[in-house]
Amino acid sequence: MSLRIVVCVKYVPDATGDRHFADDLTVDRDDVDGLLSELDEYAVEQALQIADEADDAEITVLTVGPEDAKDALRKALSMGADKAVHVEDDDLHGTDVMGTSLVLAKAIEKTGYDLVICGMASTDGVMGVLPAILAERLGVPQVTLLSEVSVEDGVVKGRRDGDAATEQLEASLPAVVSVTDQSGEARYPSFKGIMAAKKKPVESLDLDDLDIDADEVGLEGAWTKVDSAAERPARTAGTIVKDEGEGGKQLAQFLASQKFI
Amino acid sequence: MAEVLVYVDHVDGAVRKPTLELLTLARRVGEPVAVALGPGAEATAATLAEHGATRVLTADAAEFADYLVVPKVDALQAAYESVSPAAVLVPSSAEGKEIAARLAVRIGSGIITDAIDIEAGDEGPVATQSVFAAAFTTKSRVSKGTPVITVKPNSAPVEAAPAAGAVEALAVSFSDKATGTKVVSRTPRESTGRPELTEAAIVVSGGRGVNGAENFALIEGLADSLGAAVGASRAAVDAGWYPHTSQVGQTGKSVSPQLYVATGISGAIQHRAGMQTSKTIVAINKDPEAPIFDLVDYGVVGDLFEVVPQLTDEIKSRKG
Repeated sequence: MSLRIVVCVKYVPDATGDRHFADDLTVDRDDVDGLLSELDEYAVEQALQIADEADDAEITVLTVGPEDAKDALRKALSMGADKAVHVEDDDLHGTDVMGTSLVLAKAIEKTGYDLVICGMASTDGVMGVLPAILAERLGVPQVTLLSEVSVEDGVVKGRRDGDAATEQLEASLPAVVSVTDQSGEARYPSFKGIMAAKKKPVESLDLDDLDIDADEVGLEGAWTKVDSAAERPARTAGTIVKDEGEGGKQLAQFLASQKFI
Repeated sequence: MAEVLVYVDHVDGAVRKPTLELLTLARRVGEPVAVALGPGAEATAATLAEHGATRVLTADAAEFADYLVVPKVDALQAAYESVSPAAVLVPSSAEGKEIAARLAVRIGSGIITDAIDIEAGDEGPVATQSVFAAAFTTKSRVSKGTPVITVKPNSAPVEAAPAAGAVEALAVSFSDKATGTKVVSRTPRESTGRPELTEAAIVVSGGRGVNGAENFALIEGLADSLGAAVGASRAAVDAGWYPHTSQVGQTGKSVSPQLYVATGISGAIQHRAGMQTSKTIVAINKDPEAPIFDLVDYGVVGDLFEVVPQLTDEIKSRKG
């Protein structure tokens, strides 16, 4: 039987660009280039490796976002995913993690799945809670923050490196997995992969397709509200000295003046 | 006054510092009721009472250790239903965030993660967050349900505020899903004897310029002279010079100490995302163009193999 893998990916503003907020205090996506969240590349990579090990597997990449978000899907398809699902709806603008997770859960259920793989966090919101929320919504085990992951005989196993301990985890499928940046370097799309991606199917869904009311999502339907966003004042220029043989002592003098010594 | 649930992060009864900070913040929005789970839960009560917990709800069961996250969500939900709090505060550890998030779904509430401050507002607690690699500071609130907020370490002072801290057993019935993810084995991390990275008042980090695992002894020597934790940039971790658990940055730990010392670190955006809220920043780097120098209060352009040993010796001699 085919192993159905759904990889959730996010289209995010480039962290090296000048990220800021729009007037409605949502993330401004117009003035900065977007791309597939780097941490989701690890999720795609692990999906590809798990699919390689399985007798028969199909990888669907899923995203929720505006038209541009198709770029993130194309990247994942060019890495080797089989097909894509794009949830796009004008009413989704400003949706927070609770709404996004609702949309993803409905889309995952509609697509059908045995294994959901996510990155550990997005590189814009960086909350790191979506995989756990998806597991809660789908009612399946969460096997999260894995640095190693494998699937065999309907069981997913993985290693979680926590603050206090390293844990070996296992759960029966279906399950939600998230992987860290320690899970293995993501492959670059080959030219062949990029050409093949153009022919792969991208299914578009809107809120009606998922039986979600507009008031459950979007800025108005959000479960949290941002009241203000202030740019951090630029740091005042610090003192910079060139080491002429006394640099360590000078630094110690500074630390002493600040009462750190 | 309304009660506020505070989830307790502890190791065998020893309460970790971020939980004590959380009690300081909780007192601004209500009366703290602590929830301590697992082995040693009751032993946390004295410390929690000393820092303001009016009640301490405790539960222990094998499920907390044998299965991932969900048993703790079941317990926190039981506490939520018994207390009907005005807010739920949880430390922003990896596990804390997952527990908080699943609870929020169950109780139909919004969630705010990684707050760096909380104050009382007209419409409930207002959380301050630092976003986009600390380029912006936002103020947010939960607009549906009971606010569930996770708070980063070093966000508030630890204050003594003696309260009753009455211990009460929490009745927990585990859900069907509690045993879904089995913890097959657990290997505790070996203690370095140094402070925990995310909680430390001073952090000394090494990067690409350290140029080898063996040279990290130099960074550790400097850290020990200051009583600091040791961090590493992603470049140093990817090169295998230092463990991933010490990685500071977007995909590693986010730190906000009183003093951050960056040695041999250029200061890529991904690293800055994890340390830019440090109160005082100093750097040692031989490249005068390194972006880290844009952030520093004090920077030394020089060879770290000369500057760091001199600095360490000077600190030791000043401390006598």
